[in-house]
Amino acid sequence: MSRFVDAFRLLFTGKLPAEAVKYLPEQPKLPEPPKPVVAEKAKPASLAAHHKDGALALLALLQREGRLVDFLRDSIDGASDADIGVAAREVYRGCRKVLDQHMSFEPVMPGEEEAKVSVPKGFDPAEIRLIGEAKGEPPFRGTLRHHGWRVTETKLPSLAEGVDRAVIAPAEVEL
Amino acid sequence: MKIIGIDLGTTNSAIAAAGDDEPARSQPIAQVTGPGEVGERPSLPSFLLLPTELEVPSAQLQLPWSGPLRYAVGTFARERGAELPHRLVSSAKSWLCNPSIDRTAQVLPFRGAQRELDKDMEGGERVSPVNASARYLAHLRAAWDDANPDDPADEQEVLVTVPASFDAVARELTVVAAREAGFDKVTLLEEPQAAFYAYLAARGDDWRKDLKPGDVVLVCDVGGGTTDFSLIEVADDGGNLALERVAVGDHILLGGDNMDLAMAALVTQQLAKPLDAMQQRALVHACRRAKETLLGPDAPKKVPIAILSRGSKLIGGTLKAEISRDDAEKLLIDGFFPVVGADAKTERRRAGGLREMGLPYAHDPAITRHLAEFLARFGKMPTAVLFNGGVMTAAKLQGRILELLRTWAGRDVKLLGGTDLDLAVALGAAHYGRVRRGKGVRIRGGTARGYYIGIESAMPAIPGFAPPVKALCVAPQGLEEGSTVELPDDELGLIVGELATFRFFAGSTRKDPAGELVEIGDLAELDPVEKLVPADGDHKAGDLVPVRLEAHVTEVGTLELWCVARDGRGRWKLEYSVRERE
Repeated sequence: MSRFVDAFRLLFTGKLPAEAVKYLPEQPKLPEPPKPVVAEKAKPASLAAHHKDGALALLALLQREGRLVDFLRDSIDGASDADIGVAAREVYRGCRKVLDQHMSFEPVMPGEEEAKVSVPKGFDPAEIRLIGEAKGEPPFRGTLRHHGWRVTETKLPSLAEGVDRAVIAPAEVEL
Repeated sequence: MKIIGIDLGTTNSAIAAAGDDEPARSQPIAQVTGPGEVGERPSLPSFLLLPTELEVPSAQLQLPWSGPLRYAVGTFARERGAELPHRLVSSAKSWLCNPSIDRTAQVLPFRGAQRELDKDMEGGERVSPVNASARYLAHLRAAWDDANPDDPADEQEVLVTVPASFDAVARELTVVAAREAGFDKVTLLEEPQAAFYAYLAARGDDWRKDLKPGDVVLVCDVGGGTTDFSLIEVADDGGNLALERVAVGDHILLGGDNMDLAMAALVTQQLAKPLDAMQQRALVHACRRAKETLLGPDAPKKVPIAILSRGSKLIGGTLKAEISRDDAEKLLIDGFFPVVGADAKTERRRAGGLREMGLPYAHDPAITRHLAEFLARFGKMPTAVLFNGGVMTAAKLQGRILELLRTWAGRDVKLLGGTDLDLAVALGAAHYGRVRRGKGVRIRGGTARGYYIGIESAMPAIPGFAPPVKALCVAPQGLEEGSTVELPDDELGLIVGELATFRFFAGSTRKDPAGELVEIGDLAELDPVEKLVPADGDHKAGDLVPVRLEAHVTEVGTLELWCVARDGRGRWKLEYSVRERE
């Protein structure tokens, strides 16, 4: 049996029930609980730990490639925009690489932002968030303020067991 | 049975698969990408990290198909290895064809003679160049098996590519490495030919519109660490187009990594503070990206380079520099691809007395001079060019080479395209498997070199003078796979119970027929071949057995030399001796 867990993947599949829904009127509207992908292999107690490991591993990736934790934990009070900008550019590049390498995105609602759109009958409120009062039955007319993001594909690494994920970046000592 | 094509590269390896009715496609490779983290990447960096438990805990190196491992290959090996250079094996393939060391001895990571005795360097595993190559192949095999549990790799037809410049010994060692990795049967294919097969696969039947009889195609392959040239000639074969590989260049240890380092050196001058090892690595990565931007289409006037501070405080500590397009073009295009005449010769620095043992890196960084020298040796200018290798994706580098080829030839030189320059070799190898099954046109070529055995002239002994040695051609250039050459009877003898050692030579420019006795001249000496014929019922120790030689090019693509007793009582295969030589 493999010492590898798909916790990383599970963390994200947990966020993706909407992908299967697609505006079907008869579809139950509540997000489904995450599919127990590794339930046969892991006890419920360790499932929570795997979720945590997945989150920590993603953080470790963003730190390793993009120094994201360093950046967010640093104080920007009193720093010049130029100094912040120069660091942010590198942090952006590294974190962007992590996103590009591991996930594909698409807008939930394609179309120009600030344009008029129609919210169809049987829409999924988990996918489209209505702002303001809806009168009567859908379809609703409105203005697209944010097109939303949907992760269409995740290619996250598998994680070996027996590695302390809380150390997202080891201390480094040059000899 | 599927076909698996493996590009066992100097800096990156890749794998592709094809079937009878499936065109070749590349296979992503699972590998350790971070501590305790396994991800898929399109290729496997050819780096082997051999740390101690204190340097990298083995739990961080396990793979989905393994327990905790004491070594890593691939992305994490390369990245972590930059911080542990004394534990990192790189360019194993270049060591595989370096006769100045014993390639089956555990000499890697290479330390140099002085550090070999250093107490501080103890710990950590050492491997031979053959072992290192075997680790890469074994990883590719396991990753394939994990992704394709129904089609285990060792039950498929496996093709492994080698540089065209690999001599008979390096080819044999590649087969040994494959066997060590669990591939009992592989077939070798030259990399530039594989790149050409990828082009044929990509173009379908349209390649017949690109090329006509009389065309000569230059395959110009510039990878991370090596540069390789081959020429493929198009001929008319009873109305059909036939392809023949007519020339291969030398193994040149020069490539994209040299360019990244040159750019990094340029940037370092601009930086206020010295960089540590990890920042230096970040700088080289940044330079590679800048190179790709500045040599690509629509390049900006300059590219900023930022190196983040080493500690956890980022803001205010970032080092800044920039590279202008003009500087990059001057450094990279004029430095590595200068405008030279067709008669240019590479500059050879004279070795100043003792030289540190190591890889024989090219002295002259000008790839165009190496190219001019190669073409001059062949004496014919190409009519078309096919680029390969990550470096050649840069539009401006392609442009410079095309411009020079057109000037040298005094006419147009066509650019062949349509291949993925990073994965073409693996894809082409898989496509070649289909060609071997009768699905497409095959490039003929045979052995790239002619092979010779040193024969001492029979003459009266003179004190202080070694008898002059001449070279007997045992395998002429262009010997096809599966063919055997029997040499006419010569006065050769093996002494039973004693190790017989023959000097062994190769040449790529001469067309001597088998059995010809020639001056050594410009032939390159390879590792010697040897045989110990043990005494047995037929042969008593000390007997002289008259033999004749036989050369056989195997279907695998390796060269075998045999001694056959003239009385028919025995035949013995000569072994390549890869021990260290004086």
